[in-house]
Amino acid sequence: MGNIVLKKVSKSFGATTIIPEIDLEIEDGEFVVFVGPSGCGKSTLLRLIAGLEDTSAGSINIDGRDVTSEQPAKRKLAMVFQSYALYPHMTVRNNIAFPLKMAGEDKAVIERKVGDAARVLNLTNYLERRPGQLSGGQRQRVAIGRAIVRQPSAFLFDEPLSNLDAALRGTMRLEISELHHQLKTTMIYVTHDQVEAMTMADKIVVLNAGNIEQVGSPLELYRSPKNLFVAGFIGSPKMNLMDGATAAKYGASTIGIRPEHINISTTAGDWKGTVGVAEHLGADTFLHVHTDVGTINVRTGGEFVVSHGDTVFLSPDLAKLHRFGPDGSAL
Amino acid sequence: MATRQTRTLARFMMAPSVILLFIWMIVPLAMTLWFSFQNYNLLNPGNVSFAGLFNYKFFLTDPAFLQSIWNTLAIVIGVLVITVVGGVALAMLLDQPMFGQGIVRILVISPFFVMPPVAALVWKNMIMHPGYGVLADISKSVGLKPIDWFAHYPLISIVIIVAWQWLPFATLILLTALQSLDEEQKEAAEMDGANFANRFWYLTLPHLARAITVVILIQTIFLLGVYAEILVTTNGGPGYATTNLAFLIYRTALLGYDVGGASAGGVIAVILANIVAIFLMRAVGKNLDK
Amino acid sequence: MARAVSTRRKIGFTIAAWAVALMIFFPILYTIITSLKTEPEAIAGFSLIPSGTLESYFAVQSQNDYFKPFINSVIISVGSTLIALVIAIPSAWSMAFSPTKRTKDVLMWMLSTKMMPAVGVLVPMYLIFRDTGLLDTRLGLTIVLTLINLPIVVWMLYTYFREIPGEILEAARMDGASLFNEIVHVLTPMAVPGIASTLLLNIILAWNESFWSIRLSAANAAPLTAFIASFSSPQGLFWAKLSAASTLAIAPILIMGWFSQRQLVRGLTFGAVK
Repeated sequence: MGNIVLKKVSKSFGATTIIPEIDLEIEDGEFVVFVGPSGCGKSTLLRLIAGLEDTSAGSINIDGRDVTSEQPAKRKLAMVFQSYALYPHMTVRNNIAFPLKMAGEDKAVIERKVGDAARVLNLTNYLERRPGQLSGGQRQRVAIGRAIVRQPSAFLFDEPLSNLDAALRGTMRLEISELHHQLKTTMIYVTHDQVEAMTMADKIVVLNAGNIEQVGSPLELYRSPKNLFVAGFIGSPKMNLMDGATAAKYGASTIGIRPEHINISTTAGDWKGTVGVAEHLGADTFLHVHTDVGTINVRTGGEFVVSHGDTVFLSPDLAKLHRFGPDGSAL
Repeated sequence: MATRQTRTLARFMMAPSVILLFIWMIVPLAMTLWFSFQNYNLLNPGNVSFAGLFNYKFFLTDPAFLQSIWNTLAIVIGVLVITVVGGVALAMLLDQPMFGQGIVRILVISPFFVMPPVAALVWKNMIMHPGYGVLADISKSVGLKPIDWFAHYPLISIVIIVAWQWLPFATLILLTALQSLDEEQKEAAEMDGANFANRFWYLTLPHLARAITVVILIQTIFLLGVYAEILVTTNGGPGYATTNLAFLIYRTALLGYDVGGASAGGVIAVILANIVAIFLMRAVGKNLDK
Repeated sequence: MARAVSTRRKIGFTIAAWAVALMIFFPILYTIITSLKTEPEAIAGFSLIPSGTLESYFAVQSQNDYFKPFINSVIISVGSTLIALVIAIPSAWSMAFSPTKRTKDVLMWMLSTKMMPAVGVLVPMYLIFRDTGLLDTRLGLTIVLTLINLPIVVWMLYTYFREIPGEILEAARMDGASLFNEIVHVLTPMAVPGIASTLLLNIILAWNESFWSIRLSAANAAPLTAFIASFSSPQGLFWAKLSAASTLAIAPILIMGWFSQRQLVRGLTFGAVK
């Protein structure tokens, strides 16, 4: 089980408020991602759930039990840290066994559980090594191994992939998702990378300055962002945002259109512009087009061949145009 | 980091050190303060009475007192100057490329590990002795009359011995600091046309400032209390020529059996040390925060 | 370094550095040489070549019983350092991993207790020791040296602990480790290098401490510092013997010092100079 409920949770350090007041419910078995720019309070929120920080007010319930003032060890949660936080003086075997030893399990049980975890994570051949002798990806897996042996009611991940290179990040993303499908345990994952959020999450919690901007599935957030912040944060390349007279024409104070929702033509369209930088990725081409309404990013097929200085015409797909009111919320 | 619970625990775990040190600081100090207002002589322990400020008056008007203050300062400042100037020079020498740098380092640091009584006795007898010392042998071999160091230059002799003990410490710290000076910075300065003196003054010395402060702080702590070196060489003499404050109090206490007088001296020593300490802590505390 | 150094320059620096180093080391070297001479040889004028006799060493042992103060020194310096470590590790833990606004002040205050002149409290200490029967006991000296070195031990450990990432300790906490387990199984093993150099340096400091160890001991508990100080009386004129006793007194610590000299800088400057 791993049902986590936060009620009116807030956190401040002295006079600085990190998290004003948050209500959040996480279902058992869900993969929830906290995403937001750095300093938005997502790590603090995770640490509050972990019990590594005290809440300033409000309560945290895990499986219906109030754990607000409980020690981290008693919350039955496991955490994977950004730096992996492996014990450098212990072998991989002892690293993974450590939580079991602390729980006073007997030797045979520990042996079996560590063996199982190592098999799942492909670490069997590395059990006698020390963390210093492992690659980044292997260390990451040891950290995960240490977390899964305890059979926690939920896993907490604090930006676990940010120390890996891009290729490995992709692989580990898959491995973690795969693990979630196998274990079906609640996972809470903190990241500043919206790609990780979109690809892994069942439910994304977008945070900004300690506030929850929107909660929803990846596609919900993509299709109907509640406000300008979410619209700008989710999706890559970023949504084009325009205000002033351009937006007024559509009855909004700001309009947004994703680069992939713009039709491009060399002959006719709503906005005329000249091509600036063209990034040819093969399958896709990203164009930065300078128009009278500003620079607009367009995503088009790889076969669409234009070059710097060419004149093009852009037309937004009106069904997928986002309109925002003066307070930034969607109309 | 951390929750209220860990913070509370942390306070508990800090308590033993803090309490022990607090007792260690306050109990003897309070007793010293108390005794300093008493007539109390160990030769006549049954006869203890309130003395008012007599002990202070006695200690402060003792002609040896001013001399001992002067001697204390002379030792501290003399040794600091020698070790800092010598340490910078030596550190810069050792920072150069050379063969056998590891062994040189070990040779240079060695005096620091020699216990004060040994250092003092070796210098007094083997090096500075007017009859059989190495310095006397050298003087004789060039036809000069050997110098009787401890008779004619007692305080300087003490300063030399103590400086010998602390020069390695200063050198090693300054060398370590020097080695952290970015090589590219030096090269950039050279490209900018700075000569050796300029580089030393504008680059090396500012870089060493922090290390020098640390050297001064730590050495001062130890130099204010120089004791064994005096005890085994001159025993404070001739006359009071090498009696520093620490030694004067020792004399009053354990040779004169005058608990009251020695305690008054102790209080004065503590006050003086605190003046120095506040001064130093300010300077260093600022420096260490960086 | 990008620049090639000319061999001539290097040889020049080598000669200069070795000359200075040997000059600084000379008193120690000459003591060792003299300890291998006979008494008449020792006062016969400057000579770097001893006859190689060990008679002075035997004389020191048979006339003065070197062994007893040596054992005293070992017990007092090692004992006081170990006790200080046990007290200091938890304190350093809390200051490094749960610092408050006042942590810096507490550390400074601890250091300031070292600034208090020992002689200022000599009288009460002497009387306390006399009245509690601690005078001239190893226990008494161990207690005093523990207290004297405690601030330095705390400081040194604090600087070493501060370099251990807090996340690892949090990981232990998440893994269900109690505070005790966290310190015993995670922090201490990780800090072994730091703890070892703290241990080494404080044994050296305690071994060489020459105020309390001389003043609060007599025949029974006298460590080597007091033993050597007793040579300042006229019998010090037996130079080969004095040299042999000195060599014996400094040899163990000198060798330890050579091994720990690299940590010495960091340790004794409390991490201010690395």
